Parts: sequence; structure tokens; C-alpha cells
Amino acid sequence: MAQDASIDTPAVTDGEGVRRRDFINIAAVSAAGAGAVAIVYPLISQMAPSADVLAESSTEVDIAAVQPGQAIKAVFRKQPVFIRNLTPAEIEAANKVDVSTLRDPQTLKERTKEGHENLLITMGVCTHLGCVPQGAGVGEVKGEFGGYFCPCHGSHYDTAARIRKGPAPKNLHVPEYEIAGTVVKIG
Amino acid sequence: MSFPWANEYKPSHPLMVWFDQRLPLPRLVYNAVGGGYEVPRNLNYFWNFGFLAGFCLVIQIVTGVILAMHYGGDTSVAFNSTEHIMRDVNWGWMLRYGHANGAAAFFAVVYLHIFRGFYYGSYKAPREMIWLLGVVIFLLMMATAFMGYVLPWGQMSYWAAQVITGLFGSIPLVGDPLKEWLLGGFAPGNATLNRFFSLHFLLPFVILGVVILHIWALHIPGSSNPTGVEVKSESDTVPFYPYYVGKDGWTIGLFMLIYSAFLFFMPNALGHPDNYIPANPMQTPAHIVPEWYFWPFYAILRSFTQNFLIFDAKLLGVLAMFAAILVWFFLPWLDRSPVRSATYRPLYRKFFWVLVIDVLILGYLGGAPAEQPYVLISQLATIYYFLHFLVIVPIVSSIERPDPLPFSITESVLGSDGAAKLEAQG
Repeated sequence: MAQDASIDTPAVTDGEGVRRRDFINIAAVSAAGAGAVAIVYPLISQMAPSADVLAESSTEVDIAAVQPGQAIKAVFRKQPVFIRNLTPAEIEAANKVDVSTLRDPQTLKERTKEGHENLLITMGVCTHLGCVPQGAGVGEVKGEFGGYFCPCHGSHYDTAARIRKGPAPKNLHVPEYEIAGTVVKIG
Repeated sequence: MSFPWANEYKPSHPLMVWFDQRLPLPRLVYNAVGGGYEVPRNLNYFWNFGFLAGFCLVIQIVTGVILAMHYGGDTSVAFNSTEHIMRDVNWGWMLRYGHANGAAAFFAVVYLHIFRGFYYGSYKAPREMIWLLGVVIFLLMMATAFMGYVLPWGQMSYWAAQVITGLFGSIPLVGDPLKEWLLGGFAPGNATLNRFFSLHFLLPFVILGVVILHIWALHIPGSSNPTGVEVKSESDTVPFYPYYVGKDGWTIGLFMLIYSAFLFFMPNALGHPDNYIPANPMQTPAHIVPEWYFWPFYAILRSFTQNFLIFDAKLLGVLAMFAAILVWFFLPWLDRSPVRSATYRPLYRKFFWVLVIDVLILGYLGGAPAEQPYVLISQLATIYYFLHFLVIVPIVSSIERPDPLPFSITESVLGSDGAAKLEAQG
């Protein structure tokens, strides 16, 4: 034992007090750690949306037949989109609201395209937990503010699809879209 | 641990002697659930639900593994393969109804098991680890039940997936990417169904593993009992086999009567007819509610309708729902009373029953539509729920004057105990 100690001390200690064995330990554990991270990354990443899911990027809808007061549902990324042709009364109701009192303050103008203020295009996905609100289909409940009503947890949206009452935190999301004539290209 | 007077495993057959010397598995079983495990003699029927819960887990694994032989975890075939099981597979209807009602039965049994823990203070030292592992099992059960519910890919399945993964979308900053990562898409789809099938098959075996830890932790101090007084002498206990094996067998018979009544006479009583409509991402069912065993927590989720400071209502609801279960992890330290059983805690007992009624009210509200007056009542009931754990239990446990405890388990059963007399003389 005594002999071991006498060999051990001077031979493997460098000037700063770090032994060779410490260095090898740290290097080995670091390499193994980096390797583990490299292995874990693909195991986690595989769960993210795959290439074919991401490829479903845009949808084109012809809105020529949508009369004022009517709404249609389209499909974008396997989720519903509401395209609504607002009546003058609905536009007026939306513009009359004091924006500063809203939970998610936005004017109707900010939520529509220049020159198409009657055309309200939103995702049909409640911002609470993702149900499809009612109000776009014929005879569906439109809620207390005349827009949309989510039956899951009772969120009411107004005629500009802004959240007015209930648990949803945000207005119905307005997706990116372009209008060319009577065709709307979403996404 | 075992008490010094516990029976020792003594195999008589030469083959068992040979086996025991090489792998003492029979010894392990004997000491865990056989004649080698000494149990308090005064256990009442509330102590039967642990064994019953294990029995339910076996039902779920057996029926589930068989169902997986006939089911296809792909959105194009999932709904039809479920109907194929119901209509074409020999006895498929019985296996599927048995699995669906078995899940409800499992939760019913586990809720009674948790009720026992709350009333008799089973979570208190030295049994905190058993309690913590039990809460872990309950959380795993909730995750497993949710993912299993998605598999038939009916309307309720689809919208359950949408709503529950939507909960994760409420987390600030990382919410949306996290939700898309969980779903493998922007909305529940094939990737979602497939991974839920994989995990639904895996998690029951994880539960089985934690159950083994739960029982292991139980065997360190041994079972608690209705008096909460620790075992003192040999006259306080009886061996698990034959006494409690027999008693547990009898309640399994009772359980099977009730389970069979549901399975054979009202298999859809606890389900939702909407789940016999194939999943439709364009249309949410008018009245969307989870299975009954999630109602109290669902009511807490929905009770938050206003933003508070920087937190939006949705996030608060989600946090409260998870907190409603996570608070159980802290119960052994929130309840500082040294007396375990509520039988000897007059003040705690009153509040305990108020909590039971509160949870039943929350359960009713979770199944009701999201309208007034239900929303207001669930807000009040949610406030009381958290008040109970965070304020009432700590205060009651420090101001309460408990009733006198019996000297021993034997005294509580027989009215007198020789050891008690000796101590009185000494």
C-alpha cells in the first residue's frame, strides 16, 4: 500500500493539481453525455409534425356564392376555417365596441383586408381548448354577441369573432390569406 | 419488514426447496401476499379496495392485450376496426365492453381506495411513500384512460384529444409548439392516434411497476388500520393468508356482480352515444364532457372564466386542474396531526365530509353544461376544495383536540388487552 501511494502522488499530478485520471473521467463522461444528447434529440424530434403533415400548407376557396349574412366552413391544415360575409348591421355592431374594453383588443379593420371589411376570415378553432365554435352553419347558436359560440366551455365571440365572454383568452385567430377576385387563398 | 412473530416460508416439497434456494420467488410471494404477511386484525371493508384495484388492473391488461390483436391504430381503420370487434370478432363485444366498463370500475375502486386514505390518514408517517406512489399511479391511470378513450376515433374520442392537448397549448411561449409536438400535427390526426395507441399499451405496464413499488413500500411499515394505532403485539395481527385472502376473495365476488351488471345489462350506461359517430374535425358535439371519473377535475378547469394579472383564464384553469391532484402530494405535510384516523378527530371528520360533498358537487357540475348557475357554483366549490387542503387541514391539525385513542388494536377489538393491563399496573 505504501509503495502504491509513493508512486501515485508525484507521477500523475500536473502543476495545477488536476490529475490525469480526473481529466480522463471528465472527458469520458462529457463524451458519453454528448452522445446521449445526440441520441435523445431524434427520439424527441420524431414526434413533431412530419413532412407530409407540414406539406398541407394552403387552401383555395371560391367565395362568390357567400351572400351577406352567410358563412361557410373551409378546411385548412385539417382544421375548420370560417369565412363570413358580414351584413352592414354586423359591421356596425363590431365597430361600435370600445376596443379598450376588450380582452384581446383589435378592431374589425385590423382583422380584415383593406377594401374587404365585410369579409371576416378566421380559424374555426376556439382559442380556449380548440373546439369548433357554432355560428357559421345555418341555424347554429351565435352566442350573446351575435358571432360565434363555443359549446364546450361557453365562450362567446362577437361579429368580428372577438372574445367577449367565457374562458377563451384570444380572438378567433385570423390566418394568413390573400384575396384574388372571388378566390381566397389561405396559408 | 415483517413482525418477529410472522410465519416463515418453509417449503415442504423437495422441488420447492430446490427452487427457493436458487430463486426465492415463492418466498417473496409468501411474504408479500401469503401467510408470511402479518396484517392488523381489525381492518374493515375499506381495506379491500387495494386488492380490488389490482384485480381491475389485471382485467384491463388481459382484455386490452386481446383487443389490441383486433384493433388498427390508424385513422382510416380505427373506427371500423372497433366496430369490427363489436360485430364480427368472437366475443369481441364482451371484451370491448369489459375493457370500457373495466376502466370505469377501476376508477370507482381507486376513488374508494383514496377515500379510505383520506379518512383514516393512511398518508401519514411512516407511510408517506406509499401515498406518493399512489398519487403517481392515479396520474398514470388518468393519462392511460384518456389515451384509451381516443382510440375508437369517434366524435368524443377526437374532441377529447383536441381539448386535452389544447390544455398544453395554454402554456406561455412554448404552448403551441408543445401542442404540435404532442399531436404530431396541427390537429389530432394519424400521428396522434398512432402514438396514443403505443403509449396506451405501454402505460399499464408502467402502472404495474409502480404498483409493485407501492406494495413494497407498504410492506416496510405494514398496513395501517381503522384505529390508526400501530401494531404492538402478536395479538394485534393475523396472517394475510388465509384471513384477508378470503375476505378479498369475497369482495371480488361482490365486485364481479356489479361489474357484470354493467357489462351485460347496461354496457353503454356510462358512455356517450356521440362516440358511435366517426370522428369529424369540422363539427364539435353540442355537449362535450369527459367520462364521469374526470368530472370533478373538469369542473375545476372550467371554473376559471376571467383573466387574473398576467395569467389568462385558460392557463389558470389548466394550472388549477393539475394543482387539484398535485396538492395531494403535499398532504402528508399539510396535515400535521399525529392522530391518523378521522374516527378520533372530531373536527377534521366534519371538514372531511364537507370535502366529500364538495367533490361530489364538482363531479355533478363537471358533467353539466357550461352555463349559469353551474359556472358560479363550480367556482365556489373550487375555492372550497383548495381552501380545504391549504388552509383548513393545517389549521385543524394544530388546534384540534383529538378523542382518546385505544391502547392497542386488540383493545379496540376485544374491549381489553392483557398488555394494556400490564402497562396500567406498571
